Amino acid sequence: MNDDALANPAGPPDHFRWFFRGMVASVSVPGLILISAFVGFAGLAREAGVSVAQAVFMTGLVWALPAKVVLIGAIMAGSSLPAAALAVALSSVRLTPMVVALMPELRSDRGRPLTLYLLSHFVAVTSWVIAMEKVRDIPREMRTSWYSGLGGSLVVANMLVVALVYAIAGSLPPILSAALLLLTPIYFLTSLWGSAREAASHYAMIFGMILGPLFHLITPGFDLMAAGSIGGGAAYLLHRSRKGQSTE
Amino acid sequence: MTFTAFDSWWWPYLFVLAAGTLATDIWRFLGVYLGGRIRDDSELLVLIRALATALVAAVIGNLIVFPTGALADAPLLLRIVSVLLGFIAYLKFGKLVLVGIVVAEAVLIGGLSLIDLNV
Repeated sequence: MNDDALANPAGPPDHFRWFFRGMVASVSVPGLILISAFVGFAGLAREAGVSVAQAVFMTGLVWALPAKVVLIGAIMAGSSLPAAALAVALSSVRLTPMVVALMPELRSDRGRPLTLYLLSHFVAVTSWVIAMEKVRDIPREMRTSWYSGLGGSLVVANMLVVALVYAIAGSLPPILSAALLLLTPIYFLTSLWGSAREAASHYAMIFGMILGPLFHLITPGFDLMAAGSIGGGAAYLLHRSRKGQSTE
Repeated sequence: MTFTAFDSWWWPYLFVLAAGTLATDIWRFLGVYLGGRIRDDSELLVLIRALATALVAAVIGNLIVFPTGALADAPLLLRIVSVLLGFIAYLKFGKLVLVGIVVAEAVLIGGLSLIDLNV
């Protein structure tokens, strides 16, 4: 994680200090919950037949957990590369508005655009939530260093968690393995519900959860795309029509 | 062109890079590029968020109804009740993710232990 040097080669001590403060900021309740979610992901990856090296690689290079869960889902379903990429891409569109919201906070006059592109890889729900909450208290020139420390330590810590949990997951008693595999769905159900901005996302969650298994039976292999587009489209229309009624 | 299509060691990594890294980072880079140019509350973004949310929700639904490994041995009803009670507890007690996780896991572990005792 050498973004600190990239952000500004001129003044190492200060940047280093803020990089370290960013690392400290990652030790938080959202950070701990994220670790529990990665514990679940390690179990899921193992069940899907993904090797430990591949699971750690995925953690570092994909990072966003919904994208990885969709990717694992596509791998388990035996999807082809283009189908898997399409499903992952569709599940990750929400990263764009998140990055759009965060970038004005990280930008400074002396910062280089390349730094922002590199840092944007760290954007996923948890680091974004922490950053949006605390970034205003950081001096503007130090924000990229601070966010490198925050995002970098979250990524590295969870790569270690995945490696560790993957190693012990095979020797867990069956009840604990089952509990491990339940972590991912319950984590996402609650955290996604909480991060929804508008009613449309809540409708979309309900429709998606029902349509996903339904389309899994009807059109296996195409279930995610079908449930996503039909459930999401219906949720949007319902949201529009209810909003229209309430303003009349 | 599935994940297990080729025997070479590098194929799964290439698969992850193309279907995972590229498919997510492209949106992050687009976000940096657009910067402050799109409004966060635009209608198009509401629709996009709804589609993305439904897709992830479909994955969640499949993980509960059609799980793999040890979770598949738990009865479907127990899996649904665990998640439902966890979700209700989450909503009732201040929308804390941790509460939802603890309750869902407690119900699942409790239920599986009872089944174990009765067998």
